[in-house]
Amino acid sequence: MIQFDDVSKRYEGGHTALNHLSFQIERNEMVFLTGHSGAGKSTLLKLIMMMERPTSGQVFVDGKNLNRLPARKIPEHRRGVGVVFQNHQLLFDRSVFDNVALPLIIAGFQPRDVGRRVRAALDKVGLLDKEKKNPITLSGGEQQRVGIARAVVNKPALLLADEPTGNLDPELSAEIMHLFEQFNQVGVTILIASHDLSLIARLPHRLISLKAGQLLRPEVA
Amino acid sequence: MSATPTRRQPKRSLAPVREPGAGASISPVQLKDRWRGYWANQKVVARQTLLRLVAQPASSMMTVLVIGIALALPVVMLVSLSNIEQLGRGWDGAARISLFLKRDVSDDNARGLADRLEQRKDIAAVQFTSASEALDEFRQLSGYGEVLDSLESNPLPGVLVVTPAGGDVDADTSRTLFDELSMLPDVDQAKLDLEWVQRLHAMMDIGKRISLSLGFLLSLGVLLVIGNTIKLAIEARRDEIVVVKLVGGTDAFVRRPFLYTGFWYGLGGGITAWLILQFSMLLLAGPVSMLSGLYESEYSLTGLGFGNTLMLWLTSGFLGWMGAWLVVGRQLKSIEPR
Repeated sequence: MIQFDDVSKRYEGGHTALNHLSFQIERNEMVFLTGHSGAGKSTLLKLIMMMERPTSGQVFVDGKNLNRLPARKIPEHRRGVGVVFQNHQLLFDRSVFDNVALPLIIAGFQPRDVGRRVRAALDKVGLLDKEKKNPITLSGGEQQRVGIARAVVNKPALLLADEPTGNLDPELSAEIMHLFEQFNQVGVTILIASHDLSLIARLPHRLISLKAGQLLRPEVA
Repeated sequence: MSATPTRRQPKRSLAPVREPGAGASISPVQLKDRWRGYWANQKVVARQTLLRLVAQPASSMMTVLVIGIALALPVVMLVSLSNIEQLGRGWDGAARISLFLKRDVSDDNARGLADRLEQRKDIAAVQFTSASEALDEFRQLSGYGEVLDSLESNPLPGVLVVTPAGGDVDADTSRTLFDELSMLPDVDQAKLDLEWVQRLHAMMDIGKRISLSLGFLLSLGVLLVIGNTIKLAIEARRDEIVVVKLVGGTDAFVRRPFLYTGFWYGLGGGITAWLILQFSMLLLAGPVSMLSGLYESEYSLTGLGFGNTLMLWLTSGFLGWMGAWLVVGRQLKSIEPR
């Protein structure tokens, strides 16, 4: 599903975020991405999202060589990838429902389909009763679940999460991780960047550890 | 290694093998549905952007008023000119023809000719001024009395001033009559007194040019005003744009609400300009009807009319859309998710 082939990313100013990185994530896998801040986790996710392009090397997502994807194809690519952000990236000028509906409206779904799918997604994350609320009135954990609902509402084959439990207490974090596992069970490939090692250690998923933009020996937790 | 991205050809062996059953597209949306969804989105965005403007009446009104006043100026000028033109068209008929008679035509003969001409249907009135009357008149008006006294004979001919019939006679009809009258045997020279009408037309042409170029300049102003307003709107919605781009919104999708906002501003300005025009016509209607009453005329002010009003609104809407379009592309490029 994801393949990095000798990928390097250097930013202007000389900082090297990724250094000749190669790895592969199979379809239906659930993988944790760990490493200290600055190890290159965010850059790796940004390359998959095409928020950045690699300095050298190639990134494949779902069989597509992202290097060969022109800028105008980026929106279409992003529609196929669900993303959960650490800071939620929710819009506080509209309801929970409208936040979750955004990817569907962008993808051009009909209003009745939008309603059905949004409610299904909200139901999965247990927030069906909050659809009319403004996300700013929700707790941190609830906001994160709204973010997850938005990431999966379009039924993407690939789900990325950047520190999804960054600001949550252990109990809520475990709950969120459990949610991801449920999506994984229905066939979604999942890549979660996290430095919550104690939580990751308890879960039976592959681990990709980065250090200074390079792969530490891959291990299975 | 260079800092520029190198796009190497993928080695065949490294390309991931597509698993059987994996769809070409990750989120399959039927093309027909997508098209329908696109139109649904157009309608939704049109409504939402309008509601958003209405929800902040104070700030929206300012922009709409500025645009409205800017557009009203050339529109009011053009409408005034077309009214004056209409008035001038009525006056064309009042163009007078001066017939300078030959020297050997006696005053009696001249009066006879005047009577005969007055019988004609296309002539309303004929006024005869004899050579000596003309000389007296000239003496009084010119102040060359003594010079004229020293002349042995009267250099001025007798004159018939012919007023064509009908209030609505245009320049062409006057011209035909003029040609006919100048052929009369007693007439030495004929002069069609259309010059002032022509001068009026020339002035109106200048006025029209001025209002058109004013309209052009003010339209540029409207573009800038809307462009700036949209720029601010984009800044205010930066977060939303980032999120929309992150979840796969195309540039067109991101642009759409701002283009609609520009259109609404422009249309609002056009309607405001129309209201300003109607209001100023209302103010003028009383005095104008009084004035035309004094002249025993049925003249009344003419507004823009349905077609031109529609044209004004469409143009102003287009100006708004254009103003938004000019800034939105450049501005949105600078907002990328980081």
